[in-house]
This record gives sequence, C-alpha cells and structure tokens, in this order.
Amino acid sequence: MSTPTRTQPDSPTQPHETSVESKALTSAVSAMIVPPSARNGVRRYQVSGPRVKRRVTNIIFSAVAAVIFLCSVFPVYWMINTSLQPNNEIRTPVPNFFPKDFTLGNYVTVLFEPSRSPFLPALMNSLAVTLLTVVIALVFAFLASLAVTRFRFKGRKAFILSILIIQMIPAEAMIVSTYRVLDSWSLLNTIAGLTLVYVATVLPFTIWTLRGFVNGVPVELEEAAMIDGLSRTGAFWKITFPLLAPGLVATGVFGFIQAWNEFVLALVVMSRPASQTLPVWLRTFQQANGTTDWAAIMAGSTLMAIPVVVFFLIVQGRMTSGLMSGAVKG
Amino acid sequence: MSSATSTRERPGTVPPPAAPQSAPKRRMLARKGLAPALLLVPAAAILIVVIGWPLVQLVIVSFQQYGRAQVFGQPAPFIGFGNYVRVLGDPQFWQVLVRSFLFCIVNVVVTMSLGTLIALLMTRLNKFFRTLISVGLLLAWAMPALTAVIVWGWLFDTQFGVVNYVLTQVTGINFIGHSWLINPISFFAVAAIIIVWQSVPFVAFTIYAGLTQVPDEVLEAAQLDGAGAVQRFRLVIFPYLKSIFVVVTILQIIWDLRVFTQVFALQGIGGIREQTSTLGVYIYQTSLGTGDYGAGGAIAVIMVIIMMAISIFYVRQVIKEEEL
Repeated sequence: MSTPTRTQPDSPTQPHETSVESKALTSAVSAMIVPPSARNGVRRYQVSGPRVKRRVTNIIFSAVAAVIFLCSVFPVYWMINTSLQPNNEIRTPVPNFFPKDFTLGNYVTVLFEPSRSPFLPALMNSLAVTLLTVVIALVFAFLASLAVTRFRFKGRKAFILSILIIQMIPAEAMIVSTYRVLDSWSLLNTIAGLTLVYVATVLPFTIWTLRGFVNGVPVELEEAAMIDGLSRTGAFWKITFPLLAPGLVATGVFGFIQAWNEFVLALVVMSRPASQTLPVWLRTFQQANGTTDWAAIMAGSTLMAIPVVVFFLIVQGRMTSGLMSGAVKG
Repeated sequence: MSSATSTRERPGTVPPPAAPQSAPKRRMLARKGLAPALLLVPAAAILIVVIGWPLVQLVIVSFQQYGRAQVFGQPAPFIGFGNYVRVLGDPQFWQVLVRSFLFCIVNVVVTMSLGTLIALLMTRLNKFFRTLISVGLLLAWAMPALTAVIVWGWLFDTQFGVVNYVLTQVTGINFIGHSWLINPISFFAVAAIIIVWQSVPFVAFTIYAGLTQVPDEVLEAAQLDGAGAVQRFRLVIFPYLKSIFVVVTILQIIWDLRVFTQVFALQGIGGIREQTSTLGVYIYQTSLGTGDYGAGGAIAVIMVIIMMAISIFYVRQVIKEEEL
C-alpha cells in the first residue's frame, strides 16, 4: 500500500532498454567511432599527422576485433571440424584444419549405436525434464509475478527479497541434501524428481524476470478495459497477457537453456545409466572413450550444443538486460 | 555541459517519481486479500519443499555424525560442532578455500578487464567488425559449460591437441606429449581460459550496453578539455557505469566462486583431484566420494554462508536501483 504501482515509461515488449542495438547506440557510438575531426568543421583542417594516426588506430582496432572473433569461434569451429572427420584422420601428427575425409559417421555412431552410447534415451530424458521444467516454472512464476506486481500485501517485499537471496544459494552446496531428500521420497532417477529440482532452481530467476515484464505493462490499460465493462480477470487476459507474450517466450527459453545445460544436480540425481540426461551422458561417454574416440565425442558435443546455441541466439538481446536485473535500467 | 548531463537520465539512478495515483486506484489494488496468497502458493511451496527443506536437512546433518553406516540406516548421533571443528582444523579444507578464492579472483580480474576492453573496443569499430565480434562472443557464450570443457580438453589434448601442435610450430620447442592437466598450475590456467572464454561475453555485452547510454556530449566535452582516453574512462565513463560494474563484478565473483562443472570435468579428463579441487568439487568428494556426509555438510553450510555474505552486496545494490 505504501508505494503505488509505478507505470514504467518503457514499452511492454522491451522493459529493459539495453539490447545491443538500442536506440541510444547510434548517437552514443557515433560519438566514439567517428572522430571529432569528421564531424567538426573546425578540426578538419588539422595537420595530417593525427589523421594518419587515427587511420592506423582504426586498422589496429579492426585487427584486434578479428583476433577476438577468431579466439571466440575457434573452439566451436574445432569441435565441428573434428566431428566431421573419421577418427584416424584426427589422430595425425599434423591436425587437419578442414575436414579432409568428410564424414557423418561420427553422428551415426552417436545417434544409432545404442550399445556404445545411449544418446537417444538421454536426449528423451533431457527433453522431458527440460520441457516440463519450462512449462511448470513459467506457470508458477507467472502467477507469483502477478501477485507481486498487481497486488500490495504484507510480506510482498519480503518475498521478493527472498527470491533474490534463494537465487544465490549454490546448488553445489545442496547436492547431498537434495539427493537425500529426493531419496526419501523415492524420486531419485525419475523425471519427476529432477523436474522438481529444476523447477525450484529456475523459479527465482523466472519470477524476477517476469516481474520486470509485468511491471512494464501499465495497470492503467487494464483499468481502462475494466471501465469499458470487462471484469478484472477478463481485462487481464484480454489486455495484459498478449502484451506479455514476448517476455514469457524469452524467459521460457532462458529456463530451457538453464535446465538443458544443468550438470551438477543431474549428475547426482540421475546417476543410473537409463535415466541420464545429455550432460551426464556426454561426460560418461567422454570418460569411457577417453582418448580413443574424440571424433565421436565432438559429434556428441555438437548435438548437445545445437539447440542451446539456436535458442540462445534468439533471445540473447532480451536476456542480457534480464540478467542484469536492475543495474542497467534505461 | 552541465545541462547536457542533467537532460539525460543516468543509467541506474533512482527512477523518476511515480505518477501520482488516485486513492480509488490504490484501493482497488489492495482489495481481495486472498488472491495474492493463492497466486504465490505454487511457487512458494516448490521453493520451500525443494530448497528450504534440503537446506534445513543440510544444517542438521552438519551437526551429526553421518557416514556410510548412517546411510545404511544406523542412527546418526548429534555431535554438536564436531564436524565444524574437524573441518576447520583440516589443512586441506583451508587449502581448498584459499585455492577457490585465488582462482576466483584471477578469473574475475581477467574477465572484467577483458570484458571492459572488448566493450570499449566495440564502441570504436565499424558495423561490420562490431557484428563480427558480437557473433563470436555469442557463440562462446551459448556453448553449454560441459561441452565447452570437453572441447577445450580436446584442444589441449596431450598427444593430438591442436594447442600443442601450434605451440610446437610457433616456438620450435616440442610440445607434443606435453600434459597441461597434470601440473596444478597449468590445470588452473586451462580452467581459467575456459571460464574466461565463456564469461567475457556477458561482461562485454552488458558494459557495452551501458556504454551506449553515456551521453556523447559529456565525452566530447571531456575530449575538448584535453582528457586522454584513460582519463575519459576513469573520470567520465566509469562514474556513469559504476552501478553496472558493481553488479557485474559481484555476479562474477559469485559465479566463479561456486565453479563446479569446469573443474570437475577437467579432473575427469586428466587432473590430480587432491591438488585441484575447488569448494564445490571438494564438497562433492567429501560427501559422495569418501562418504563423510557430516563433514561434507559442514563445508556446504560454510559455503552457503560465504555466498550469502557476498550476495548481500548484490541484493543491496539491486534494491538501491530498483523499486521492489
């Protein structure tokens, strides 16, 4: 009751105005890229010295950028490059920087030779756990974010604070007690057990982010609809919910990535071979094949990375700001 | 100059006061006392059951004598602070703790410096190179941590790793057969490379996003007044982005201190456990490896306390920036 709901100036689809190519970019960046001499008529007639120097600096900067690009991309490239060669070709004194004997054999091995690697069951487990996690977490977090944004009640701030704090409890410290609690409920090695754990892991972040998105939709919109005769619930579903869709998608995808990549808890909770998720499978596969079959390991790594990379590229801009929570609010 | 600063909102400052709202509106928001509670029940229930309850269990175990025998049903006697005394008196725990902090500090310093430099660089590039660098960083960022470790493990492979090949070609010294993971120092160097490679993008993008909000008039004015690049960063850019730097640094500290996957998986590829474990891995080994759940619980409680202490700074900063 103390603080009335603030209507944020931001547009609903972009509550945090910090996407990489934000509006402010053009002006602010041009100030830094374009040297004053190019814009400032007075300065243009300087001696040529600084100009040459500037061009040299620009070339150096571009070169550094190219190097950074290579450093960032090379491991990913090398993973794919290795995965497309037969195993004997990658065990040569001089590595092939391009796939010499191009083959998809490693992918066939990983996908269709279950005796060597139960990839498909692991994929199924991962998909089931991840999708369930995303759906449940989104629904629960959505309800909670409504409660903390559209209502004023006692304990509201306490709830938000505890969300922030819970987010910081390291899963690494909790593995054993999580294991024992799940064990006592006979939920070890089950989809339900791991899903339960993941939902709890993803929830704090999801609530926090959705809260930002809901805050971005002015209550006045709903109220206008209510004056026009809609019920409160109706106004919410017809007016606010559609505006939240992009936020829900982005948050859901981020939850997907988190659950898909999670390793520590899966390692402890899903230890049985039949119930492994992809990260646990990849590690077992790597340990079993160790130094003998790097090509197949790289094929497995590629298969595991593809969905994440694709999704990540989709939501990246929105999530940079979401992760930062309050810090970069425009 | 001063007018230029005041016309734009500083990123991360106190938001403008909310538009005055009429009394009936507030009353409408405050009505229906039961609704918010119902909306919160599912989320709160899951958090209490899956995080709260194990946390209580963790604290209880840390005060119990709990080993393999107890796993198989023996009663677990309470031994007060026995586990804590044992853990805190164990030189290995202190080694692990110091190692974790040193590793964390190195990672954070390198990540923050590189990330900031790349962000600054991005502001000076033309569109093509800026896109190029963004795509590269995104790829590195998007890689699942475990996949990244395994790929880097292959790059640094003793026999057929491309790193050893290139080093041999470049330096003329024969690196083929050199194991990077046996020596703890180079083990952590490899681990640090992996972590930095994956963390720099977040830092670079976030700081770049902040940089684009620094008013160019101010930078221009500073330049006209004769401020060099370093001075412009220290006196103009940094004060503007201070809150971003604080939050990003704290997040990096938290993430790097609890590092598990990278160290654990690298140990699996070939490292000496005793000399390379960090806090998270040490808890795993003490509990599941040696079966000393009591001591493992005590270490875990200590870790939770350390993390909570650090995240207080984060929470305080977030509250300062954002209206709850």
